[in-house]
Amino acid sequence: MTTTPSTPATGDPLIRLADVSRVFPARSRQGAAVTALDHVDLDVRAGEVLGVVGYSGAGKSTLLRLVNALDRPTSGTVTVAGREVSGLSERALREVRRDIGMIFQQFNLFASRTVWGNIAYPLTVAGVPKDQHRDRISQLLHFVGLADKAHVHVEQLSGGQKQRVGIARALATDPRILLADEPTSALDPQTTAEVLALLRRVNEELGVTIVLITHEMEVVRSLASRVAVMEAGRIVELGDTYDVFAAPQHLATQRFVSTLVEKGPQPRALDRLRERHAGRMVTLSFRDGDASPADVFAAFIERGVTFELVHGGVEDVHGRTFGHLTFALTGEGAAVADAVSYVATLVEVTTPAPAAEIGTEAP
Amino acid sequence: MDRLIELDSLFWEATRETLGIVAATLLIGGVGGLVLGLLLHTTRPGGIAPNRVVHVVLNLLVNFFRPIPFVIFIAAAQPAARLVVGTGIGNPAIIFALSVAASFGISRIVEQNLVSVDPGVLEASRAMGAGRLRTTLTVLLPEALGPLILGYTFALVAIVDMSAIASVVGGGGLGSFALTYGYRQYEPVVTWAAVLLIVALVQVCQFAGNRLARTAMRR
Repeated sequence: MTTTPSTPATGDPLIRLADVSRVFPARSRQGAAVTALDHVDLDVRAGEVLGVVGYSGAGKSTLLRLVNALDRPTSGTVTVAGREVSGLSERALREVRRDIGMIFQQFNLFASRTVWGNIAYPLTVAGVPKDQHRDRISQLLHFVGLADKAHVHVEQLSGGQKQRVGIARALATDPRILLADEPTSALDPQTTAEVLALLRRVNEELGVTIVLITHEMEVVRSLASRVAVMEAGRIVELGDTYDVFAAPQHLATQRFVSTLVEKGPQPRALDRLRERHAGRMVTLSFRDGDASPADVFAAFIERGVTFELVHGGVEDVHGRTFGHLTFALTGEGAAVADAVSYVATLVEVTTPAPAAEIGTEAP
Repeated sequence: MDRLIELDSLFWEATRETLGIVAATLLIGGVGGLVLGLLLHTTRPGGIAPNRVVHVVLNLLVNFFRPIPFVIFIAAAQPAARLVVGTGIGNPAIIFALSVAASFGISRIVEQNLVSVDPGVLEASRAMGAGRLRTTLTVLLPEALGPLILGYTFALVAIVDMSAIASVVGGGGLGSFALTYGYRQYEPVVTWAAVLLIVALVQVCQFAGNRLARTAMRR
């Protein structure tokens, strides 16, 4: 296996979707047409891991299948490495597809073949001479850590092992792009972590660009360098993973991020906190580059305000930290107000929303 | 019993004829059914090569021929048999009629067994750059091999059953033997000898089919 270092993100996108729509015609006369993708523009840079998140039916799978032209757009163009794939014939696509590996939620391995046979298949399809199969397959099996399972039939493997075979099979023809369709959604947390670690090596050691669709934010956090959030066929937010986690803009993004990181206490928890703690509740959001908690503590102490940390924590995304800390502040009314307005110049300050105001909290 | 011993050589001749008719039908009708079944499956909406016109026409064709009772079909197919195999009577005619009928019957068995293959596996093959023909031959068929073997075993038993009717157009085999020398000559022993041999043949076929299918499915 070649050990090219991870290619840095460069100017020209490796994959470009330009004004892409995909409308599925109505199934019956009474039914309505379904717009799976609605005028989507998206660039994927060489060498990055782009996470695409969204609920079921948001259009993630459709988007992924346009990249290797398993599906065609109704309008707009899809360009991969400078070639417009949306207009290519099925025959011309075969060549393009050898440069694009794909893994699946349900693994989609060939039950009629052994592990070896599964990995040999794309080599045969690509016309790699038989005498070169042995070395290549052995390399791949070592890379995914399944060297001892070469001649086992796939139904004897665990879920995690099956996905490793899926990854080895997808990498067999040394593709530049890997499309990952919910690759860990059928796996338990421990196995998920192992598969994610393997995918990280695929990106970092082999320099493969990965487009990953998922609904699990933990997967995004540990693997993706950028995130696209989809809702109702549109990309509603796109940004670096850190920024999306630290400061989600769109409501859908906030919901997804809140599955991992709560911005403040939930309404019920807030009610309980208020019973136990007197004073004013504020949530301070710290981000990389902002003032540190120590600066804030100093400001409180200077003004004679007593503070108690009642909720929150510090999160890490690719080595950069952020946190949402909720404090109960007690002291003289004017001092508290002054402290809060001063702190608001350092970090983002919000008031935790009680039950009635849920969803109306300012982003 | 004495009568059966007298008929000894005719009995084994009839057995050979049955085996020959069944084997020829299984080969010709089996291939025909496989091709038709593959076309039915791949041209269906959402299949590997969706084609509405081909799918509808094939469906109509299969549905037209399948319900015709075989004993009537032999008679109806006689002109076609004369065209294709040069005669409307005897074993060639019966093999022709059987092969046509078996093709349509087997096509449905093949289609049903191919439906059980996960479309995701076919998608994976396409994603690796395999064309439609390659996906069909090297993924679709191998993935369905176990159930297909069981389906063909079922078809084989049905062909043995249908072949017994050969005597209506002057064909041979154990069916004709049982009717000519057993039933018409009031020799129940002869009839039953033919019956038992057919039962034994079917048992052997079913056993072999089960074994093969189990090997294919590794269970």
